[in-house]
Amino acid sequence: MVKTLRNAFHSLFLLELLKGMRLTGRYMFAKKITIQYPEQKTPMSPRFRGLHALRRYPNGEERCIACKLCEAVCPALAITIDSEEREDGSRRTTRYDIDLFKCIFCGFCEEACPVDSIVETRHFEYHFEERGEQIMTKDKLLAIGDKFEAQIAADREADAPYR
Amino acid sequence: MMEMFIDLLFILLKAFAIIIPLMLGVAYLTYAERKLIGYMQIRVGPNRVGPKGWLQPIADALKLLMKEIVIPTNANKFLFIIAPMLSIGPSLAAWAVVPFSEGLVLSNIDASLLYILAMTSLGVYGVIVAGWASNSKYAFLGAMRSAAQIVAYEIAMGFALVGVLMAAHSINLYEIVMQQSGGIWHWYWMPLFPLFLVYFISGVAETNRAPFDVAEGESEIVAGFHVEYSGMTFAVFFLAEYANIILIAVLTALMFMGGWLSPFQGIPGLESTFLAAPSIIWFLAKSAFFAFLFLWFRATFPRYRYDQIMRLGWKVFIPITIIWILVLGAVIAAKASYVTLGLCTVGIAGAYMLFNKLQTASRSS
Repeated sequence: MVKTLRNAFHSLFLLELLKGMRLTGRYMFAKKITIQYPEQKTPMSPRFRGLHALRRYPNGEERCIACKLCEAVCPALAITIDSEEREDGSRRTTRYDIDLFKCIFCGFCEEACPVDSIVETRHFEYHFEERGEQIMTKDKLLAIGDKFEAQIAADREADAPYR
Repeated sequence: MMEMFIDLLFILLKAFAIIIPLMLGVAYLTYAERKLIGYMQIRVGPNRVGPKGWLQPIADALKLLMKEIVIPTNANKFLFIIAPMLSIGPSLAAWAVVPFSEGLVLSNIDASLLYILAMTSLGVYGVIVAGWASNSKYAFLGAMRSAAQIVAYEIAMGFALVGVLMAAHSINLYEIVMQQSGGIWHWYWMPLFPLFLVYFISGVAETNRAPFDVAEGESEIVAGFHVEYSGMTFAVFFLAEYANIILIAVLTALMFMGGWLSPFQGIPGLESTFLAAPSIIWFLAKSAFFAFLFLWFRATFPRYRYDQIMRLGWKVFIPITIIWILVLGAVIAAKASYVTLGLCTVGIAGAYMLFNKLQTASRSS
């Protein structure tokens, strides 16, 4: 009886509600955590998994040896590889396509690769304007690799002790 | 004939002088809402359109103007189009009798409080008609919820106003404010403290605002009565909702917070300075505070469950108002002053809160 009465009084004086309002009121003056995206950016790990790239050796020879481990490990079946023998007798890819709409950016291809050829870069701000552009062909992937090689190499270097 | 025409023109001009600032107020209330709720969620809110995002409401209005108005098949076209007007009409009409300051009122009719009560209750027709005419289940559910809710809270609100008119011996808003003159302890929020709370909370429920926004509960019935509305018809519903918020804030300021009277009135030493003079600035400041409370509530409280809303309306608010009307009647019959009653009420509330504070403090130590 006394307890019910006390509860009734408690709710009548809106104490709990005032407590809640005090909390939100205090947060109104708290420091804001918003990051104004295009101008400000959050720090990024060297392990960031963004747009893919195919790397080359320093002498210009492409790393990929068409072992198809990435194609096999890809859980989204986003990678398609065709290969044949080159004039010098080495095995090379004639086609290396990644469908970015299928890709889930899990990074398995990168981990499966025995020669560190296919990698995922930090680059994640890109868009497609036409149908079919999302298929990253071998040429496009190599071009990305050439463009970001310094960054890619630095990232592998930074992560090397933990691999 | 000519004179009548000029008179009409003047009334029209005065009406515009009220409506245009009101619409601007509505636009910037939406901006204030987004900004404030953002701040309370430690975000910064809209800040891209114009300096600090000040042009955001204008961009929103332009976007809504450009958008197509989709009329659903099998909707009742006439009612569908007329529902937003039914909703905004009364919420603007109510402003005709609101006194902004001494002498600043479009029409000072005798029963202005009654007129406002009538107009605010008419607003529910817009919601019901919209829900019915859209021929959509969610819209209909929202309309039904809002109808039941508004009926429940209308009564508590009406009773709270009965307390005000008993205290002021008048149902003219100007008269009610003038009766409160004499300093902050003469304002009706003190002697009518429970009615003040009940009125404001019912006001929140009447305008279908969080935490009583079950009529448009996004998570359960999408957007309630206005799911099917787009473009300008939707914008008009929005305008009506925010105009109603400002109206409730203004009415609370008028009836319980002494309208344009200064809080420093009656304090010896300040009596003759400009601080104690009644002015429209006090009125605007008080109204802005109550409008701010609406936004604060929305940022703080989760939505009530539907049956809890009904319980609060019928089983808590209506009994409280009736009891307080009896208390007030006794005070008036005993010819005691309101100030005594006010001091007693607020004293009891304060003492209880202090007692509670001490108790929790001793328990935690």
